[in-house]
Amino acid sequence: MFEFAAAFERAAALILTWDADLAEIVALSLQVSLTAVAIAALLGLPLGAAVALVRFPGRRAAAVLLSALMGLPPVVVGLVVYLMLSRAGPLGVLGLLFTPTAMVIAQVVLVTPIIAAIARQVVEDLWAEYEEQLRSLGTTPARAIGTLLWDGRFSLVTAILAGFGRASAEVGAVMIVGGNIDHVTRVMTTTIALETSKGDLPLALGLGIILIALSLTINAAAFLAQDLARRSQQ
Amino acid sequence: MKGATILPLRLDSVCYDAAGKRLLDSISTALTAGPRTLILGPNGAGKSLLLRICHGLLQPSAGRVEWQGPAATAARRRQAMVFQRPVMLRRSAAANIDYALKLRRLPRGDRAERVAQALERTGLTALAHQPARALSGGEQQRLALARAWATRPEVLFLDEPTASLDPAATRAVEEIVDAIHRAGTKIVMTTHDLGQARRLGDEVLFLHQGRLIEQDSAKRFFAGPRSEPAAAFVEGRLLW
Repeated sequence: MFEFAAAFERAAALILTWDADLAEIVALSLQVSLTAVAIAALLGLPLGAAVALVRFPGRRAAAVLLSALMGLPPVVVGLVVYLMLSRAGPLGVLGLLFTPTAMVIAQVVLVTPIIAAIARQVVEDLWAEYEEQLRSLGTTPARAIGTLLWDGRFSLVTAILAGFGRASAEVGAVMIVGGNIDHVTRVMTTTIALETSKGDLPLALGLGIILIALSLTINAAAFLAQDLARRSQQ
Repeated sequence: MKGATILPLRLDSVCYDAAGKRLLDSISTALTAGPRTLILGPNGAGKSLLLRICHGLLQPSAGRVEWQGPAATAARRRQAMVFQRPVMLRRSAAANIDYALKLRRLPRGDRAERVAQALERTGLTALAHQPARALSGGEQQRLALARAWATRPEVLFLDEPTASLDPAATRAVEEIVDAIHRAGTKIVMTTHDLGQARRLGDEVLFLHQGRLIEQDSAKRFFAGPRSEPAAAFVEGRLLW
């Protein structure tokens, strides 16, 4: 119990003095996850909207697949991306394995289905309300994609937040494709896993506290922004 | 209206089935340029369905719908519809009108002018920059009319546009519909409000249980309906 308290104390000290190693790890985590979420949003939002709006054979199957992919196990995604990027793999020539880029790729694979599946639901609900009016105005379903993504923007923030939550919290995929190399691919979650198993609780705890605080801050900020914007737009 | 017309609109034995029920049964008629046509009938008579089929939002299960004017190929772009509950996009009132004009591929310069004109004609200039969804029901319906009017349609379909409005808002909507008609647009409107039909109608199509029972000038229709269902409707008796 005493050790526990001491660990907390030293964790707090690490945060308050903004330890260089800790800062580096936090910065890399944010860089990887935010990049992954940005790319996943660019892919997932139009993809989800298209599945909601464009009639094509197998549309329902695509919707089910998107929802199923939301629960992809990170370690399996990590393994597959690892195989693709490894020397012998199809993309091995790029030499991306054990780089932050590889971690971004793995997280994009994890996060895109989450954003796309939520976007599909949001856009489908909006379409039910808008369809007659938009068709009357002369919008084709394909052209309606942009309109509905814009009109669903407040709900879609939630999709992006869910994606960020997933990206920043997962450890399996970045561990496998990044390799948890000190000063290169070490992020908050992989450090916590490593330091905990080594018994270095203060750094693990400090990072854990920061991870939760970041998640809280980003969600609270998004919630407030959404609330303000929604109130001005009804 | 400049240039060739898309009217008349001819319906030939139009039927519409849903879930094994025949909701519209062999409707044949022609809508011609000029008179304000009111589609009357009790709730469930098929008025809204008929309007949607005319506008092309629904395909008939049987029969033909045909624009027969010389400009018929442009029919899609030269008609507009206003719904009972207006659907406003989450942007400003002016931007909602601009959106419709963008879909018609109007150059930016022309759009600004038309948006301003449409807002002015519907008395919404002061609300131009308000979020459309924050407007009252009556203001939203006026905006829906402004949006439709801005596209300069040759035919305007209106589906019970005042059904959920208070009398003051209803009056404003009726005045705008009248102004749109005077500016040269064919009006085709459904209502179950007899007073409104008397105020706005030149021609009446009376629907009952999915059938077109009477088509006549409003004057003759209200003076003496020829069928029993129409007589009952005009007298305000319940029909089923």
